[in-house]
Amino acid sequence: MTAIEENVHQTSEGAQEILPRDVVSAAQRLRELGAVLRISEAEALEAELERAPDDETMIINMGPQHPSTHGVLRLMLELQGETVLRCKPIIGYLHTGMERTGEDLTYLQGPTNVTRMDYASPLFTELAFSLTVEKLLEIEVPERAVWIRTLMTEMNRISSHLLFMATNGMDLGAVSMMLYGWREREEALRFLQEVTGLRMNHNYIRPGGVAADLPDGWRDGVLRLLDMLPDRLAEYDTLLTQQPIWRERLQGVGVITSEECLALGITGPILRSTGYAWDLRREMPYLAFDQLDFDVVVGSYGDCFDRYAIRLAEIHESMKIVRQCLEKMPKGDYRIQDKKVTPPPRARIDESMEALIHHFKIFTEGFKVPEGEAYVPIESPRGELGCYIVSDGSSTPYRMHVRAPSFVNLQSLPHLMHGSLVADAVAIISSVDPILGEVDR
Amino acid sequence: MSDGGAVENGEAQEVIAEPVVELLYDMPKTISHGQTVLHPTRENYASLLKKLHDDGYLMIVDLCGVDYLKHFDREIAPGIQAERFEVVVNLINHRERSRLRLRIQVPETDPVMPSAYDLYPGTEAMERETFDMFGIVFEGHPDLTRILMPEDWVGHPLRKDYDVGRIPVQFKAANR
Amino acid sequence: MSNETRARGGLLESGLEGLQHNFLTGTLEGLVKWARSHSVMPATFGLACCAIEMMAAGGPHYDLARYGMEVFRASPRQADLMIVAGRVSQKMAPVLRQIYDQMMEPKWVISMGVCASSGGMFNNYAIVQGVDQIVPVDVYAPGCPPSPETLMHAILTLHQKIRDGQLTRRPGEGAGIVIEQLGASGPVPVSLGRS
Repeated sequence: MTAIEENVHQTSEGAQEILPRDVVSAAQRLRELGAVLRISEAEALEAELERAPDDETMIINMGPQHPSTHGVLRLMLELQGETVLRCKPIIGYLHTGMERTGEDLTYLQGPTNVTRMDYASPLFTELAFSLTVEKLLEIEVPERAVWIRTLMTEMNRISSHLLFMATNGMDLGAVSMMLYGWREREEALRFLQEVTGLRMNHNYIRPGGVAADLPDGWRDGVLRLLDMLPDRLAEYDTLLTQQPIWRERLQGVGVITSEECLALGITGPILRSTGYAWDLRREMPYLAFDQLDFDVVVGSYGDCFDRYAIRLAEIHESMKIVRQCLEKMPKGDYRIQDKKVTPPPRARIDESMEALIHHFKIFTEGFKVPEGEAYVPIESPRGELGCYIVSDGSSTPYRMHVRAPSFVNLQSLPHLMHGSLVADAVAIISSVDPILGEVDR
Repeated sequence: MSDGGAVENGEAQEVIAEPVVELLYDMPKTISHGQTVLHPTRENYASLLKKLHDDGYLMIVDLCGVDYLKHFDREIAPGIQAERFEVVVNLINHRERSRLRLRIQVPETDPVMPSAYDLYPGTEAMERETFDMFGIVFEGHPDLTRILMPEDWVGHPLRKDYDVGRIPVQFKAANR
Repeated sequence: MSNETRARGGLLESGLEGLQHNFLTGTLEGLVKWARSHSVMPATFGLACCAIEMMAAGGPHYDLARYGMEVFRASPRQADLMIVAGRVSQKMAPVLRQIYDQMMEPKWVISMGVCASSGGMFNNYAIVQGVDQIVPVDVYAPGCPPSPETLMHAILTLHQKIRDGQLTRRPGEGAGIVIEQLGASGPVPVSLGRS
């Protein structure tokens, strides 16, 4: 108890912020970098001597409200001229208590809560939650539900990566890219609205399957998007990838190595940009990914340009997957017909009293999940997204924790920004592509 | 729990079956929905992490806490003393494509635990979050301050005896 | 065309041919309110999911540029309108108030989404239950998230409110909008105020 009280008294207003250089020792400053520090004695001595008395460094504060559209992230930067010496991200400005709210909601209401964590790709968090609940229930969803989930999540990956391209362009000054990205995203969102009823925060993937079957004519919607996208992506390629200014701003900026990524727990396009080919869809497949043919895109230099190029190529790969889903979509049920988990079809409620009671019980009390704990990870556009649920046998989770990829990826910021310019700081944040909703939960 | 090993104690009238505890890295191991779970104590946690790091578990994927105040009699490995808090660590071995979970018991009266920061710097933010939400102190962590709540917040929100703080609404069924 | 056959109306309707002098006439109040309502500059205050829908409203499909509002000013000193888009947490509340205080009069607030209007689905320790506990709100836009069309309706309502309200507004006096409610003895004027 005393240890906690000591900590509570020590942390005062402003203890989350960066401390000026003369207060902090060299060892502490190096630990602030947060990377695997295999430094030699000589380098440590150099860091100590770095602190010359006439050195003027400035600590400035970026955020939490700033025009970079990544949400409420606050960065404290220590600058020497234009060079960033130290950086400390301060988060918590969007903390919503979703893990606590999840303990009060039933398992059927759970997806409405978790979907608002990563609001750029909400279907992924719903999928992780549903897969974990299904593991605890030990049920298998039907084939068609699996393929519908694969199709919808890959469409969401396309829309999330288009959002990245738009915001990345705008942060670097290519404001027209912002408009183009949103134009394409509207088309993807139109398809998602056709199927799920909502443009965002769909609450579509639920434990047991999906909420509703694909509507008639869904194939036309998908084909319209697949016909339109390749030309537009070629436009972005010409506009951005080949452009010298874009290359100068992104190549060689924010370099990270695979060992550092593994030590920091970083997954997703950042890990793949270092040349490490790890994609959960290929290595530890879930849903229907073991029956699909796609490539895992890998970079070689670990810089911002590689991350941009990987996400652009991943849109192409997702389109490939969506095309295969179109061809291979099986017929069948869109959710499991287990009475304990699934409500009856809406038409039957008018006819049968039991169906009405069954529907009522499932939507008010919720179904009970046997005791146990499970953790299921999936590959979201930002990295490994996992959901850890502890159940105590009742109809609400006892503990629900979401392993958010952006939360862990943000730890790389001090390391990526060390030694770069302030203008590069914006490019680096943008290439990490954090979504503050899942960082703060 | 017991994997089919019944030890007869020699008496003809009674057969007492002792549960056979499987060991991995010399600690009790259980299987939870197909996932291997180890149950180290706070004392052998640090040495276990070093062994796992050498064996190829190069990344800690997730570190979180659980407060078992309202569900104290949960299933746990035999021989392990159940405490109020648990710290759950998920690791991954990329080469063998295998995952491992660790569940460490942390008592309420002395919620201190060694930090994994030196071997796995990626746990910096995760341990800060566990401290913020549960009050579990990690020794050896470079900067154990609150990360999600404001700096001067009192209390640890995810503990089961911390009120959720809902304002009353005029809706009868909202009693949860 | 003779003057008799032309429709009676304001100067703009009757066309500039009927202009016998080089003056545009109108009330000062009308002109100022017209200018204000047609050049609202929003400040970036996108917090969570609603921010994505706000950006979509600024995008080419839903096009806020037709109202002259597509440039979101980063600096609160240059902005008139704060669209609080998203859930406001306890840590963010003082920042919100500080940004609101830095904005110059006249300023308006649109509370976008249910989380900003009332706390939304998150009735717990972490979220301020309605941004009107911190800043005075002019228009509430419900939805989770409100589609860009709902946001545009909120913006148009705000424009109407600017045109109908008072020119100068002292704190505590209200916006000067008067509606009539049927009371016990006939219509009773009720003025909508703002605290």
